[in-house]
Amino acid sequence: MTAKITYDEVEVGTELPAGSFPVTRATLVRYAGASGDFNPIHWNERFAREVGLPDVIAHGMFTMAEAIRVVTDWAGDPGAVVEYGVRFTKPVVVPDDETGALIEVSAKVGAKLDDRRVRVDLTAMSAGQKVLGMSRAVVQLA
Amino acid sequence: MALDQSFVGRTYPPTVPYEVGREKIREFAEAVGDDNPAYTDPAAATALGHPEVIAPPTFVFAITFAAAGQVVEDPQLGLDYSRVVHGDQRFAYSRPVRAGDRLRVTSTIEAIKSLAGNDILDIRGEVHDEAGEHVVTAWTKLVARAAEGA
Repeated sequence: MTAKITYDEVEVGTELPAGSFPVTRATLVRYAGASGDFNPIHWNERFAREVGLPDVIAHGMFTMAEAIRVVTDWAGDPGAVVEYGVRFTKPVVVPDDETGALIEVSAKVGAKLDDRRVRVDLTAMSAGQKVLGMSRAVVQLA
Repeated sequence: MALDQSFVGRTYPPTVPYEVGREKIREFAEAVGDDNPAYTDPAAATALGHPEVIAPPTFVFAITFAAAGQVVEDPQLGLDYSRVVHGDQRFAYSRPVRAGDRLRVTSTIEAIKSLAGNDILDIRGEVHDEAGEHVVTAWTKLVARAAEGA
């Protein structure tokens, strides 16, 4: 594994470049196919409302996949991610229009660990709500 | 109805191997809009020290969640899957998943809790390659919301 960021160049509080990830209904259909998760709450508005949701929502795992891109783009080598965990706090609601929803991800170094590893704390927001909680990755730096 | 606590610690048999294909990784990376060349270009993966293209960090969930189906659909456990939402997800990697891997998942019920009528189920999936080496562990927390009027 060859991260392009060295342990010595980061401090607690170092911010990673943030990312903005748009998600439309088409994105969700595509993700359903690629991931094998065909739960209709992610593509069928009628079904989503029947089970008490405001509208179609994004797969939690889609949001989790987008959030870690901020870390993998920063580290250079996605294999540098040695741990990654999230809590799904709020759904990302995806309306049936051209723009859909936006997932906005920011991240900073939360702790410097042993063995040239760091803990990165992530924040993922959509429509002003925090959609991931306790979102953390441990990254092996060079 | 609260789930049977005696299921805590139960381990299910390893799944039949899932063979990770280059094109499946490409399809997944495109679906999440991630153009990192380590996912699609063997030369780029090699330059980073990987023997093959690697998969994005959350790719393996499709495999571990399918394996967790043994638990979720265990009629003896009696989870109402129509009421299940995904609570937490965590991964710890020994190495990235890569094309050509033949992965087996061993699922264990780590915890069962009942909170305000909700059933909370923690499942651990240990993922090993064909050589028996550990690749990744996935922890999945599922919450079965209380039925109305229950």
